[in-house]
Amino acid sequence: MHKHILGLLSCAAIASYALAPTVAHAADPIKIGVIAEAQSVAGSSIAPAAQLAAEEINAKGGVNGRKIEIVVYDNHSSAAESVRAFQRAVNEDKVNAVIASYVSEVVLALEPWAARLKTLMITPGAASDVITQNIAKDYAHNKYTFHGYLTSSALAGQVCAAAKDLLVDGEHMKSAVIMSEDAAWTTPLDQGYEACLPKSGLKVLDHIRFSPDTTDFTPIFSKIESQKPDVIVTGISHVGTQPTVQWKSQQVPIPMFGISSQATNSTFWKDTNGATEGVLYQAVSGPGVAVTPRTLPFVDAYQKKFGNLPSYCGYTSYDEVYMIADAARRANSTNSDKLVDAMEKTDYVGTIGRVAFLPKGDPHVHGLKTGNGYITGLMLQWQDGKQVNVWPKNLANGKIRYPSFIKLSSAR
Amino acid sequence: MLFWQILIDGFAISALYALGATGFTLIFGVSGVLNLSHGAIMVAAAVAAWALAGLMGAGPYASAAGGVLIGMALAMATYFVTVRPIQRSPRIAESEKEIFILTATLLWGIIISETVAYFFTNNAKTVLPIVEGVVTVLGVRTPTNEFFTAAICWVAIGLLWLLVNKTRQGKAVLAASMNPRGVTLLGIELTSIHLAVWLIYGLLASIAGILLGMFLGVSSYSVGPLTASAFSIVVLGGLGSVTGSLIAAYVVGYLETATAYLVSPAYRTIPALLLLVVVMYLRPQGLFGRR
Repeated sequence: MHKHILGLLSCAAIASYALAPTVAHAADPIKIGVIAEAQSVAGSSIAPAAQLAAEEINAKGGVNGRKIEIVVYDNHSSAAESVRAFQRAVNEDKVNAVIASYVSEVVLALEPWAARLKTLMITPGAASDVITQNIAKDYAHNKYTFHGYLTSSALAGQVCAAAKDLLVDGEHMKSAVIMSEDAAWTTPLDQGYEACLPKSGLKVLDHIRFSPDTTDFTPIFSKIESQKPDVIVTGISHVGTQPTVQWKSQQVPIPMFGISSQATNSTFWKDTNGATEGVLYQAVSGPGVAVTPRTLPFVDAYQKKFGNLPSYCGYTSYDEVYMIADAARRANSTNSDKLVDAMEKTDYVGTIGRVAFLPKGDPHVHGLKTGNGYITGLMLQWQDGKQVNVWPKNLANGKIRYPSFIKLSSAR
Repeated sequence: MLFWQILIDGFAISALYALGATGFTLIFGVSGVLNLSHGAIMVAAAVAAWALAGLMGAGPYASAAGGVLIGMALAMATYFVTVRPIQRSPRIAESEKEIFILTATLLWGIIISETVAYFFTNNAKTVLPIVEGVVTVLGVRTPTNEFFTAAICWVAIGLLWLLVNKTRQGKAVLAASMNPRGVTLLGIELTSIHLAVWLIYGLLASIAGILLGMFLGVSSYSVGPLTASAFSIVVLGGLGSVTGSLIAAYVVGYLETATAYLVSPAYRTIPALLLLVVVMYLRPQGLFGRR
């Protein structure tokens, strides 16, 4: 009796397996896995922004009749959990592509898995140059990874370009101290700074790398102050609130300028009780800045749906869903190799600028093209609780203004 | 200049350490409980104060007071949810209760810190400072809030000393920390002493957490290091000895500050931890330990 039931069941199982692909094929959704840091301010925008893009695409009929489905995994900011999530996404949930993390260490851990499991992966926010260097070193294996955000060296280049216009030409500044957290993404950033700041006209007096665990920045600021630089050029992302608040409470008279990822978040004013007043930071987007015609509609839709503003990787994550959908449409397939080929031909005007990837043969293959016509970046400043764009000129909606405790060297 | 800077900066941070560790050591002295949710309670109090100011628009005093209340409520919850049920459970062998409580408070601390991270993200928060501005003392430009922090810490410690040494209830607490059984023989209910000690602990830990939030900022990442620093200060000073903890707090605070200024901020905590290892070898009961 039992044997019969078992036999019957297995027949049914085999039948359903055999039938499944043919039945499901037409309406099979395109699945995109999103592995992100739900508990961090930067990472928490990644999944909602992807969801928003998917809903918009689906509302317009999807991709060649297929819907986009987002599958979200919280990695708790851990590389090990991200790897497990990636394996589960590909092997069990059968995703066609993955949008992963804003932490370089996490993306670097996932890169070999994208190669092994031959699955397209794109990061909306990690910056380490090593991600694209790995692709250049072994293109055949690592071609599945795309770098959907600026590399650290590109970030350094944009900070230096802004520094030349705003600080050297604008304020006659001559010297800088680099202050950055010790992490994978800042190694190439600092090399970039050391190379390009002198070319912009700022002599680098010192270079301070501190542990991301640092809580008391007093010794760091007092050391920087003793060297009398005109500006502190920052490279901070894992930390943000603490150095900013202490900069203000200790009234360090030197402006902070550079990368300060947490300052891109709209909540940073509240997190720091307004201590961020006057902080200058690089970004690819800002509230009210129409980098492209898509930027502001996205911000509005996001705010309407989720009640807050997206972090910097919200913009890129949103664009990446569109880019993957676009690639799948052009390839007319979700086969990984065909998707990669189609992604390489991406030429898409997203929320942060015109996106195209560097070609095979470039040392930063699959990194974003930057510069005129592509992504130029912005330089914003916190003023009275608002993020005001001060660079480049054609997109500026305000002028630099420092809090009263800042003593510019020209006035000192 | 550098000397004065280390002296001033170290004083404030040490005062904070002292305040945080005092409550921790008091509980251990009286009830033998090592509360590993210590850091989580400090952080929760600070984040609550931040949230009251930032999200609900309360002023600095109101938000600090609200943070203290929430911190105290959490300390009491720690006692009633994790400590007391184990202390009273007939199903756990007496000899194993200590390790059960240790594990329970550790898990409780993780629950608190994950809850904070879930609702308020793990980005650092800073509490609205009660005093703003800077003063220049001996050529060192110091935030006024640092002096305020040190002053509050010492007032709180001073009040605790008065309470313990000059009031009847306080003397009972002190007696209980020396000999719990003796106190019960005198007809004093040990449970009410435990309750009082947890209340005092909650008050001290919350104040320390909120001051730390004003001074340096806290996040759910601070939970582990805060518990660890209280633990090592208390072990260094001698488990259960309040005086020992106060002195150890200053030793650790100054050692850390001097390292940060003279060597590198990256190695800040290392010498203090090495000192702890050395003390463990040479004087396992700690600098002022009785047992």
